[in-house]
Parts: sequence; structure tokens; C-alpha cells
Amino acid sequence: METGRYGIHGGQYIPETLMNEIHKIEDTYEYYKNNKDFQDELSQLLNEYAGRPSLLYYAKKMTEDLGGAKVYLKREDLNHTGSHKINNVLGQVLMAKKMGKTRVIAETGAGQHGVATATAAALLGLKCEIFMGKEDTDRQSLNVYRMKLLGAQVHSVTTGTMTLKDAVNEAMREWTKRIDDTLYVLGSVMGPHPFPMIVRDFQSIISKEARKQIFEYEGKLPTAVIACVGGGSNAMGIFYHFINDPVQLIGCEAAGKGVDTALNAATINTGTLGIFHGMKSYFCQDENGQIAPVYSISAGLDYPGIGPEHAHLYDTKRAQYVPITDDEAVEAFEYIAKTEGIICAIESAHAIAYAKKYVPTLSSDDVVIICLSGRGDKDVAAIAKYRGIDIHE
Amino acid sequence: MNRIKNAFRNQKAFIAFLTAGDPIPQKTVEYILEMEKAGASLIEIGIPFSDPVAEGPIIQEANLRALKQGITPNQVFDIVQAVRQVSNIPICLMTYLNPVFHYGYERFFQKCQNVGVDGIIIPDCPFEESHEVKDISKKYQVHFIHMIAPTSKERVLQIAKEAQGFIYLVSSMGVTGVRESFSSNLSAIVNTIRSVTDTPVAVGFGIHSPEQVQKISQIADGIIVGSAIVDIIKIYGENAHQPLHQYVKKMIND
Repeated sequence: METGRYGIHGGQYIPETLMNEIHKIEDTYEYYKNNKDFQDELSQLLNEYAGRPSLLYYAKKMTEDLGGAKVYLKREDLNHTGSHKINNVLGQVLMAKKMGKTRVIAETGAGQHGVATATAAALLGLKCEIFMGKEDTDRQSLNVYRMKLLGAQVHSVTTGTMTLKDAVNEAMREWTKRIDDTLYVLGSVMGPHPFPMIVRDFQSIISKEARKQIFEYEGKLPTAVIACVGGGSNAMGIFYHFINDPVQLIGCEAAGKGVDTALNAATINTGTLGIFHGMKSYFCQDENGQIAPVYSISAGLDYPGIGPEHAHLYDTKRAQYVPITDDEAVEAFEYIAKTEGIICAIESAHAIAYAKKYVPTLSSDDVVIICLSGRGDKDVAAIAKYRGIDIHE
Repeated sequence: MNRIKNAFRNQKAFIAFLTAGDPIPQKTVEYILEMEKAGASLIEIGIPFSDPVAEGPIIQEANLRALKQGITPNQVFDIVQAVRQVSNIPICLMTYLNPVFHYGYERFFQKCQNVGVDGIIIPDCPFEESHEVKDISKKYQVHFIHMIAPTSKERVLQIAKEAQGFIYLVSSMGVTGVRESFSSNLSAIVNTIRSVTDTPVAVGFGIHSPEQVQKISQIADGIIVGSAIVDIIKIYGENAHQPLHQYVKKMIND
């Protein structure tokens, strides 16, 4: 396969101003990918700072309640900063430092990637600026303050739909203004090559660990792994080391109010092929190729595109992508809290929601791993509001 | 015959950009003709896109205003067709790759040829990805305008060798929008370009004053003015004819 391409997807559709810089990032990454000192330093950060390896937790009560496959949860919510995002940013910010950069910028939806980037920047001594849609700064104000506490400057983006895609637009615009001292730390397996590859590689530690752990606990491969998908970084992370195994890969997209309505962000289910944000992939768009305003209760999945490798896994039928509505996600959010005592991110609840439907169809010989990509403290107020309860944060 | 070279014949080209459908399609036609009367030698028409990542706030807002009017690529072709009834001014379309991809490359460029479009500028389609449209645009005699940036370095030669129509030299880092200073290496880049091609070089991004036109004209074959024009249209809405005429004239003559 051509570098930077996943079947027909991927590529480098970005302004000329950025091309030399992106090639430099490619070269830098290729160098450090196999550099032992860099990898040792990263491993140390991941283990001693972020708290890896994350647990593969046998969800006994959920297993008994659903009555089907054995359910394991890959507990990315237990990482430092509360989600899988830290896996990628420690790698990228460390790389930024090696490149001599003094400043990082990033987009964020729910705020998880922003918080993680601000954290890594604080730790490694780089300046940090985060771009976040105004709608998201409003619904995730706790994370905004968190980023500020960590020393980052947060830009509330008021252009377009004021959500994740607009935050990416603004981060890209900022990047074209200032590349000498700045690395754009992309948060998902999207954007121009090499970002989909870099982010996937840094996130693939999830499946590297999970594969080893499940062999320890069960002595066999799982029947399926399930993860939520917006841009798709936690899903790519938990899929990656299972791609060549006979394991079903299931991504759960945000269907918002339903795939038969305009209010969803289920890119594979309702989108079409397009070229945007540096990549060829599937996008929610109208009949004239205008990117559609998407909707989900989950700010982290509220994105009109999907990473190019996912698009390829879909094309080749290696993975399937199922839609999960707001209602189903909220119900799953409450379910796993009551059943397992885990308040998970509303993003991850999309994966739980599908597991609730899917696990009962399997037998007790089957094993399912769900990627619990993040913790849900940030979502508590929004879920209360969804249930008609007004709590003051 | 492609008209772009006419813009550079015996003169420094003044390339005027405006966003199609802002404020309404009929006005776009009138403003193009008005700017031609004032001395513009090439018109760059923006097909609005929902997420114009290479644009600063002024052109972003124009895109959104036009999209709110429901402007479609077909209406933009209608605009070109209306201009062509009365004018032979060279016309380039400027847009992002997705609307073109979605329209269908073959269908898009065939339509360009039919209505009389001479060139296409796609800021999110760099040299490496120009395979997307290059052969098809050539088939329909629409020049694919390459961009070169202050950061292009060794890429300048590679791109310049492939150039057709004119080369769009980006004046400085960042997105479109009015600014006061430009990259210090423009003149060196132009010299590099001229070592391998006769294709004219026009400089764009940020140019808004006659003094800047003077300065840039000393090193390049043309200048591109976008945000300053779009800003006039924003201020005067459907009555921008005179202000546009005066502005373009002032930029060329002062």
C-alpha cells in the first residue's frame, strides 16, 4: 500500500505552506519509532506517569446480567487524565520536544484530548494552546477549567458549528501561521498522513496489552472487541493488534437522535466518500459536498468524519460500524454505573450500549473486550440535564 | 483558447477575488464586470465551502453568507456563464477539493470548459495530491494553478516545473486576510521559479494597499487581492459597485 494510504483513503490534502513541515514530522517519527532511547523514555512515561498498563477487568456482574459472552473492560478510564488520549499525547509531545518545538497546539471535542495535551505539555515544559468549539466549552466547562489549571490557553472557537470540526479548522489555521516552534498534536487517527499512523501507533498499546492480558486470563483470543468511534483513536488502538486475528472488530458510532434523522454523527452509516481535514475518507456532507453539521450528546464523537484506516477496515469488511443513539448511550451510561460501579465517559457508553445488545446473542464460550475509553466525571452534569435534573457544577 | 495569459500580457496582472453568491449571485456577476471596468485583469471566483481552512475570518464569513443563500456549484457556473455573455476576462475558480470531488471531477471540469473557466485553484490540493484533478483539468483545458509558499524551499523547483497558467505565490505564513508585512524571501523564491519556467508569478494573501501593490509588482508578474475586496462587499452589500470600482482603480493606478 502506498505510504499514507489505507486503500483509497488517507493522503495529505493540506495547504502547500504545511507540506515541508508534514514531511519533517514524517521523517522525525520514522526515526524515533525505532529509536530505543525514545521508546524507553516513552515507556517510562506511560508506565510511571500515566499508570500503564491499564487493567483488563472482568466485568462479572455485567456478564451475569447480560447472559452470554464473558465481558472484559479495557480500563483506559483509569489512565492519568482519565482517558486513552494520554497514550498519544505523551508520544507526540515527547516527539515535539525532540524536534526542538517549544509550543504545542491541539483541538479538542469533549476536552479529553485537550486536558491530556495540556498535561503532557506541563510535564515536559512546553507551551500549550487548545482550540475547542464554543458549544463544547459550554457543555464541558469543567474540562476547560482543568486545561487552564494545567497552564494551557483555551481558545473558544465561534466559527461554523462551534464544535469539534471547527476546532480542527482553527487549529489547522493556527498551525499554518506558526510552524517553526509549534507542533500540532492531533488527537485522533485522522488528518493528513502521518497523523493517522502516528496516533494509531501510539494508541496501539491498548491492544498490545489487551491481547496479552486476555491470553493470560482466558488462554484464547476474544470473539470480539468493541469500541466507540468518533475520529476513531481508541477504536484503532484496541483493534490494531487484533486485525490479523480471527476477532470481530466493532466500532460504535454516535447516532444522536437516530440515523434516520439529520441529528447524528454516524459517519460510516450516513456519510459518503469525501476529502476534508487533510484526508480522503467518509464524511457527513450534503449533496454539494458541504460538510454537514453533526450532532451527538457526546462532544467527543461529535465529528463529521472518521479516520482513513477505519474507512478502509469498513471497505474491506474487516470491521463493522454500528450506530448507537443518545438514548441508548445514556441508558448504558447509567447501566454500567449501577452494575459495575463505573461512571464511564458518554463516548465509551456507546460501546457499552452495543455490548448490551450483542453480548446476549453470544455463548458462554465467547469472550468480548470493550474499550472503556474514558471516565465520565465530565459528563455527569450533562446526563443529569438529559434526565431533566439541573445540578449546578 | 485559455485566456489566463491575456491577464499578464504587457502589464502587471491585477487579480481580484470575490466569493460567489455574496451577497447574491446576480451581484457577483455585476461586481466582476465592475472590477473589470476598473482595470482588473483576471477574476478569481470562490465557490463557497462550509469549512474553508485556508481562509481568515473575512473570507470565511463570506463563504457562510453565500451558503446561507443556498449557493451551489451549478449557480457558480451560471455566474461564469453570465459574465461570459459580455466579457472575455480570464476567470479562475477557487475552492476546496471536496465540492469538486463531490460534483465529480469529469463533470466539474467539463462544465468549466463549457461555461468558460480558465483555471482552478484548490488550496487543499498540494503538489503530491494534484493527481486527483490534473489530467482531467488538462483534458478540458482548465489550468491547474499551483501554489508555492514561503516554506516551500526545495519544493519550489519541483512545483514550478509543472506550472501552468500562473503560479500562486503565497506572500506569508498563515491564512488569507489583510496584513501589513510579507515574507522576506519572496524575491528569492521568484528568482528560483524564473530559473525553470516562464509561467507568470502572482503574489496573494494579505495584499490590500497600493503601496503593497507597488512593492510586490517590482518582484512579481501580478498581485492577488481577496480579503480587502470581500470586506468592501461585506460593508456595502448589494451597493458595492462604486466602492469596488474606486478601490480596484486606486490599487492599480496609485
